[in-house]
Amino acid sequence: MIRVCAVGEIPEGEAVRVESGPDGVPVAVFNVGGSYYAIDDTCSHQDASLAEGYVEEEDCAVECPLHATCFDLRTGQPGGPPARVPVRTHTVVIENGDVHVALSQATAQVA
Amino acid sequence: MTTEQTAGTMHVVAVVGTGLAGLSSARALRELGFTGRIVLIGDEKHDPYDRPPLSKAFLAGEWDPAKIALGLPTDAGLDLDWRLGERAVGLRPEGAGWVVELEHGEGVPADGVVIATGARARKLPGQVLAGVHTLRTLDDALALKAELVPGARLVIVGGGFIGAEIASTAVTLGIDTTVVEMAPALLAGPLGDAAGAAMARIHEAHGVKVLTGVGVSGLTGESGRVAGVSLADGQSLLADVVVVGIGSVPNTEWLAGTGLTGPEGDLAGGVLTEEDGRTALPGVVATGDCTATHHPFAGRVTRQEHWTHAAQHPAQAVAVLIGAPAPVVAPAMRVPYVWSEQYGKHFQFAGHHQPGDEAELVDGDLDDLTDPAFTVVYRREGEPVGVFGVGRPKVFGRWRRELAKRLS
Repeated sequence: MIRVCAVGEIPEGEAVRVESGPDGVPVAVFNVGGSYYAIDDTCSHQDASLAEGYVEEEDCAVECPLHATCFDLRTGQPGGPPARVPVRTHTVVIENGDVHVALSQATAQVA
Repeated sequence: MTTEQTAGTMHVVAVVGTGLAGLSSARALRELGFTGRIVLIGDEKHDPYDRPPLSKAFLAGEWDPAKIALGLPTDAGLDLDWRLGERAVGLRPEGAGWVVELEHGEGVPADGVVIATGARARKLPGQVLAGVHTLRTLDDALALKAELVPGARLVIVGGGFIGAEIASTAVTLGIDTTVVEMAPALLAGPLGDAAGAAMARIHEAHGVKVLTGVGVSGLTGESGRVAGVSLADGQSLLADVVVVGIGSVPNTEWLAGTGLTGPEGDLAGGVLTEEDGRTALPGVVATGDCTATHHPFAGRVTRQEHWTHAAQHPAQAVAVLIGAPAPVVAPAMRVPYVWSEQYGKHFQFAGHHQPGDEAELVDGDLDDLTDPAFTVVYRREGEPVGVFGVGRPKVFGRWRRELAKRLS
């Protein structure tokens, strides 16, 4: 499990990028209406940081800043082209006032 | 055409065009449950590939052909009948269906036809000299790339998106690069004068020479190879390589005599369709760059030559063809969307801009050339109709959703 930041350090509708998971894959952690979600930060289509994307709070999704595919933050599924492959989702654990991520054991999709 | 007429009789669908729109049509047919035969006909010999990188990472030599392949491992399960390197030259009715006529005389019979033949690069009249290029296909990109050697003098005719992207790539490769644009600003057509002027300053800061408000009167050559570009104001520019980026022409000539028409009668403006891809002919739909349809932001019939359109719209068109319910697309995703990459920055545009629209800077600074980041919103009669953003995807995303309200 990796520590991301203190609760409250990610404003609502924003995200932070965690640079170093054990497998070297960056992870993005989102705050949507006080709930936290973690997905792989790199779009499954091309090299773009999803943490920089617009968060659609109503749909619990993030829009890739490059080609505008929306990914569901709960499932990692893309809502439309160009991405066709889901990004991994990770488990967020809130402990002692800190946000932690337990990384998925699935193999990451590389853009 | 009605669902009742087609649902039970559709055994073979011919998809004409093997670019993004053609491949997306074939995938969508299977996703919507079509189990019949799908024949994909395309004049290029290459497997489907992605065109946007051709002016960027591919031209820069950072990506190879494998990296721009559109195919996915899952496509193998689609059971497609590929006819690559075969140009369609005609379409005629036969019985209750159609025959797609190929260049070498063969005919492909089909119950349904998807027209996805795209567009080709517009050329200058009499464009025959060696060293003069257009950029639309993989072969075009390979030919241009081979000539972009350091020290070469490149003149780009046309300062639209393709010209601007090639300028960004070329100057980064150490090429002496000049862009000539007839309009008062670079990218003035899609972005308006103020944002276009800001784009020109970004290019100039990277070493591109930008000449605006001047047309090209001709090309000069020596021994069959281009040597220069003559401008309408009497200047002449020395050039070892010229790229002509002055728009595209829809590939619709093969449909002459079918009864299909374009927005102004003839097919030169694209195949006229309903918003869902339906054409004037039963069992024939059209999608992608070769089509002209009502544009909700332009308020008129026009072509929508966008990657996102060619990826998204085919599912709507083939649903009509086979009588399946069309997949739902969220309003924000229906706002026409274009992206570009220049100097490592992301440029995003959504909606539509036309002369007379009021441009308002809503975020950032048009004059920061080292780290450009700004958002411009276009209004018509006070209502937002377009947004252009540089390096500000979150602000852009919010405005794209604001524009989507116009659709609901």
